[in-house]
Parts: sequence; C-alpha cells; structure tokens
Amino acid sequence: MKTNEKNKAVIEDTRESVSFGTRDKDFSKEPLCLSGRGVTRVFQTGKVTTVAVDHVDFDFHKGELISIVGESGSGKTTLSKMLLGLLEPTDGEIMFQGKPRDISTGAKKREYWKGIQAIFQDPFSSYNVFHKIDSVLLDCIDMRGGRNLPKEKKIEMMTEACSFVNLKFAELTNKYPFELSGGQMQRLMIARIFLLKPNILLADEPTSMIDACSRATILDMLLKLRDETGMTVIFITHDIGLAYYISDSVYIMEHGKFVESGKPDKVMLEPEAAYTKRLISDVPKIHEPWDLSTVDLLNYQS
Amino acid sequence: MKHTLRNVFHSPRFLVGFIIFMSILLTVLIYPWFVHRDPLQGLGKGFLEPGTYVSVYDTNNAGTYRVELPEANENRLESTIPVKDRQTMLDFLKAKGVDVSALDTSNEKFHELIEVWKENYDEADAKKNKYEGFATQAKRNELRRLNNRLSEDTSAAMSVTKGEGDSATTTAVAGSDYVKVDEVANSINLPLGTDNFGRDTLTELVKATGISLLVGLIAGSIATVLGLLVGLLAGYVGGLLDDILMFIANIFTVIPGFVLLILIYSALGAESRGIVTCAVIIGITSWVWTARSVRSQVISLRNRDHVNLSKLSGHSLFRIVTTDILPYIASYVVMAFILQVSSGILAEAQLSMLGLGPNPNELPTLGLMMNWAKLFGAYTSSNAWWAYFPVILMIALISFSLNLMNTGLDQVFNPTLRD
Repeated sequence: MKTNEKNKAVIEDTRESVSFGTRDKDFSKEPLCLSGRGVTRVFQTGKVTTVAVDHVDFDFHKGELISIVGESGSGKTTLSKMLLGLLEPTDGEIMFQGKPRDISTGAKKREYWKGIQAIFQDPFSSYNVFHKIDSVLLDCIDMRGGRNLPKEKKIEMMTEACSFVNLKFAELTNKYPFELSGGQMQRLMIARIFLLKPNILLADEPTSMIDACSRATILDMLLKLRDETGMTVIFITHDIGLAYYISDSVYIMEHGKFVESGKPDKVMLEPEAAYTKRLISDVPKIHEPWDLSTVDLLNYQS
Repeated sequence: MKHTLRNVFHSPRFLVGFIIFMSILLTVLIYPWFVHRDPLQGLGKGFLEPGTYVSVYDTNNAGTYRVELPEANENRLESTIPVKDRQTMLDFLKAKGVDVSALDTSNEKFHELIEVWKENYDEADAKKNKYEGFATQAKRNELRRLNNRLSEDTSAAMSVTKGEGDSATTTAVAGSDYVKVDEVANSINLPLGTDNFGRDTLTELVKATGISLLVGLIAGSIATVLGLLVGLLAGYVGGLLDDILMFIANIFTVIPGFVLLILIYSALGAESRGIVTCAVIIGITSWVWTARSVRSQVISLRNRDHVNLSKLSGHSLFRIVTTDILPYIASYVVMAFILQVSSGILAEAQLSMLGLGPNPNELPTLGLMMNWAKLFGAYTSSNAWWAYFPVILMIALISFSLNLMNTGLDQVFNPTLRD
C-alpha cells in the first residue's frame, strides 16, 4: 500500500533522530505485574446489552510502557476502570503480580491502590472543587504511611513533588484546583503520582484535554517519572502516533476486543488488522494531503 | 461560599421570598415581647368584630370633657339607623307611591331620606291604607318604632347611676360629654377581633404561625435527613441495598402519603397527638421524593473522576459520601429542604382542617384555627371573616415566600434557568 510505504519511510526517519528509551528491551523476561484472561464487561440497561470489553487477554510486565489504542467507544476506559478495580469484570480473571487479584474488601482495595494509581483524562473534573490543593497532596502522604510525619517534613515532600513537575508549592498552597490551568492541574496529578510512587500507573488519555504545548511537557514529565521509579505505565490513548513514540508494546482495541498487539514497530510498520491500518492512515501528516478515503463511512452512519 | 451567597442574594425572587419569610419570622419572635396575652385565653363570648373595645362601666369613672362636635347628631343618627332600617324606610315610601329614585341608603343621602320620610309617614295613614308589604300589625309596629327612634332628640341628656343602693348617685350625661380613651381603666384593641371562643385572633394567629413554622421545620428536617440518608446510600452503594431501599421507597410512593398520614394520625388518638408527634409523622411520610431525587443525583456523581480519585486515595465510604458527594448536591438539598418545610406546614393545615390536628387544648396552629373557624360557622352563619381570612393569608404567604426562595435558588444554581 502506498500510504504504508510512506509511513514506513517517515518512521524510519524518526527512528534515527529520536531516542526510544526502553523500546528494544525484551520485557517478556520481566515478572508479570498485571495480566488478564477473558476479561469481559457487559452493561445492561433494560433489554439493551452493551458488551464494552469482550474477552480480552493481556500480559503487562514490570517496567513496561504499554499503550492501549482505540477510537472513542472502543472500551478503553471501561478496561482501565476494571484494571483499577473501580469496576468489576462481568467475566474473566485479572491477575495481579502473578496471583488472582483479590479486592473483595475495603481494606484489600486500599492495599491494591497503593500499588496502582491513575491519571484521568479530564483534569477539570478530576479534583474535588471544595478541597484545596494541599489536601490532595497530603492525602498521598497519608496513604504512603506518612500521616504522623512532622508538618515541615510534609511540606518538604510536597515542595519536592511540585518542583518535579515545575510547579511552585509556595504559590499553590491554599489555592483551589480550579484556580489552575488545565496543564497545571494535570502536572499536579503527576506530582500526586510522584508522592505515591505506585508500581503501576494507569494514564487514561492524560493529554487529550490539554493544548499541544503543554502536552509535550506532560508526556516528558510522565516519562521522566517512569525512568526514575521504574514503574509500569499503561497508557490509554486514541493517538496512535503518540503511542508509537512512547510505548514498549501496543494493544489495538476495536469494539471491546484487542485486534492486534505487539511491539510498536511491528504493529505500525506491518499492521495486519484493517482497523490498525485505518487508525494509522487517519493520522494527519505534515507535507502530505490527508487521506480520508479509508474512513469507514458506513460504519459511522450506523 | 461568599460568592455563592452573594449570587443568591442578588436573585430578586429569592430576596423577595426571603424578606417576606423573615418578616413573618420576626413578627412571630418579637410580638410576644409586646403582647403578653395567653393566645388560648378566652376574652369574651363568640366572635367580636375587629376594633377597640372600651369598658362602659369604666367610662363613668373617667373624667368628662365637653366637646361640641357639629356633626355629633348626624353621626348618632347614622349609628342608630343602620342600612337595614334605611332599606325598610325606602321600601315603605316606594309602597306608598312616593318617587324614591333620587334616594338610597348611603350616608350622604340619609338626611334627604329623613326629610322625605317625615313628610310622608303618618301612623294613622299606615294603619288605614295597609300598603303592600306593610299590611301586617308586626310590620306596622316596626315602622312605628323606627319613626320613634328618628324623632328622638339625640342631643337630649340621659342619666347614669354610679354605685349601688343608698350611696348611688345619679348624674346627668349631656350629648356633648366625652371621656378620654386613655383615662378609661379597661379598654382592649382587637385588630382582628376574636374567634368563636372569644380569643384575641391576632395573638392566636401569631402564636399559631410560630407553631406551624416549627412543625414545618421539624417535619422538613426529618424528611430531608431521611431522604438524604436513603438517597445517598441507595445511590452511592447501589446493588442490593439500592434495590431494597428503592423497594421501600416505591411502597411509600404507591400508598398515597396523605391517606397514610390520616390512618397513623387517627390511630394515635387526639390526646397523644402533640406538636412534635404531628411533625414527626408528617416527616416520615414525606421523605420519598427527596430520597429519589438525591439518589439520581448521586448516581450521576458517583462515576465522576474526582470520586474515583478519592477512592484511589483510599478514602472510606463515609468520607467519600460526605466530602466528595454531599457538597456537590448541597444546593439541591437546601432547595429540597425549603420545599419540604413548605409542604410540612401545608400537611399540618390539611390534617387539622379535617379535625386530625395536634391536641387543640395545648397550642394553636394555623390548621387548628381553620378547623375552629369551620366548626363554629365563621364562614357560614357568623360571617366572621377575621377568624379565617388572616389565617388563609398567612398560610399562603408562608408557602409563597418559601416557594419563591426555592425558585430563586434554582435560578442561581441551575444555569439553564438563568435569564
């Protein structure tokens, strides 16, 4: 295919100029931290049944950066909520660190959430507007068992976390989240993760509501944080280009199913599924007319 | 918070409602400082019209002053010959064939009427001719008495006897003798008259308003707290608990609340029905719609990211509900509370109207006052408007002001309703 050839050429060009971090590392030898077999979620409203996630299998290894790519409504967010334990799967099993995940009680859930944390899509709705920024960060210190630390130590930790994401704690203290810009809010979310240092971070389209300039900063900070802590990052996005640049492995999701998965080079350069090909061709490229011929009009009409 | 309050008080509807409600509340609180009368104390027998009542006995002991009012005679005539008698005079003149088209029963035409009457009325003539409508002896006697009253010299002196037995002295009272109202030992101002028991209606009304507000407040608080608890739990926890709670709520919805209220109420018996019992029963039969609407609000909130983030931060269910959900629905709950207070007051009035109100020997309520007015014929036989109309007006004002406050708040908190 003509477009594919071009893509290949562009990607080859970029490969030479961009550092890909852990791209070439073989993560399959690392221990499993999160895996699932036949994970399914069905929503039922009256007689209408919607299968949001349909028997997906996955293996996420320690330290890996995984991207789950798909268009809106493909079930990415439902899957991420199940991974976080905010939603129960209707069917299937999720394994946490090799053992079946048990989050049946409140205490077990709290323990699980010490190991897995999230950054949500919309920074404007992620904060409780009635709470000050300090309380968001103090919660994280409490969760790491720092409840009884002296006040100065807590402030020092919060200042450190804020400076990691280029924010000044002295300017933020006693402010409410809605007084910040979207980019600042999302950076504060990363500061939160910095304090919590979870083993797994689930980032659900963390840059989709942010303008392009702030987006780069936020991605940069996320990757920096990952390099420092060695945590596993599950990156959920609709932007296949972004996924290609940052991931160690990519899962392509369509209508609740994984249609393709593997190393980003393999998935992008030799896409097998028609859906992947479409996703790739849908990305607008500079110096080239946008090819809209692959857009599945019939699918959208239905 | 400060900003929200400022917005709320900038809403004209809320402000008007708030001012009306606060004036009612302040009246209820301040009135007892000035009038120390027991609201249930009977002052006389039956309905007394609104006005100032002066003791006849005490006017004798007050000093007399000489005042020459030019229209004194006229005024006396007007008060001795009421409209009903003037109509009789007109009817007689008409029957006799006199042209009365220029006359009527008004005060302005009264003197002309007397003139025409004096020209045409003659006792012997009335007896002989038996005019239509005045053929019977009784009717002719009525005319004669009327004529006598008209001919009396109202400026003539009358005598008043003071004291009893031998020490009694008789003094002549001239038409120009006056007493100063301040000097009369006993006088009472009844701006709204008295009810059938002879109780001062205004004092009773103020007390009843206070009690009714209290009933509404207790009933509204119970309904809101219950509804809030059920709604929060059902909405946030969901699953089986939601099913059970909504099942109970559905049962309450299916059974008409008012019928349930009447049944519980009549089962209790009049003596055991205090004000608080009344309020509690109204409260526990009206929480359902608060619960339903809180539940639906919570369901839409529980999947928001800030709630998810709070869960991920390891917060307990209690903390999430109180800090991440409750503040978001607080404005709604305040609005629901205002409506519950309003409907609590109305429910009490309805129950009491049916004779199922709180024990009538303890305290008055607006509903009880309506019930008494109905039982003793204030709006049928006695035509005592002062015994029921101010009560209706008060009930209407309270619910109007509360509803106005509610719509005002709705406008502030619901951006789609803003102008």
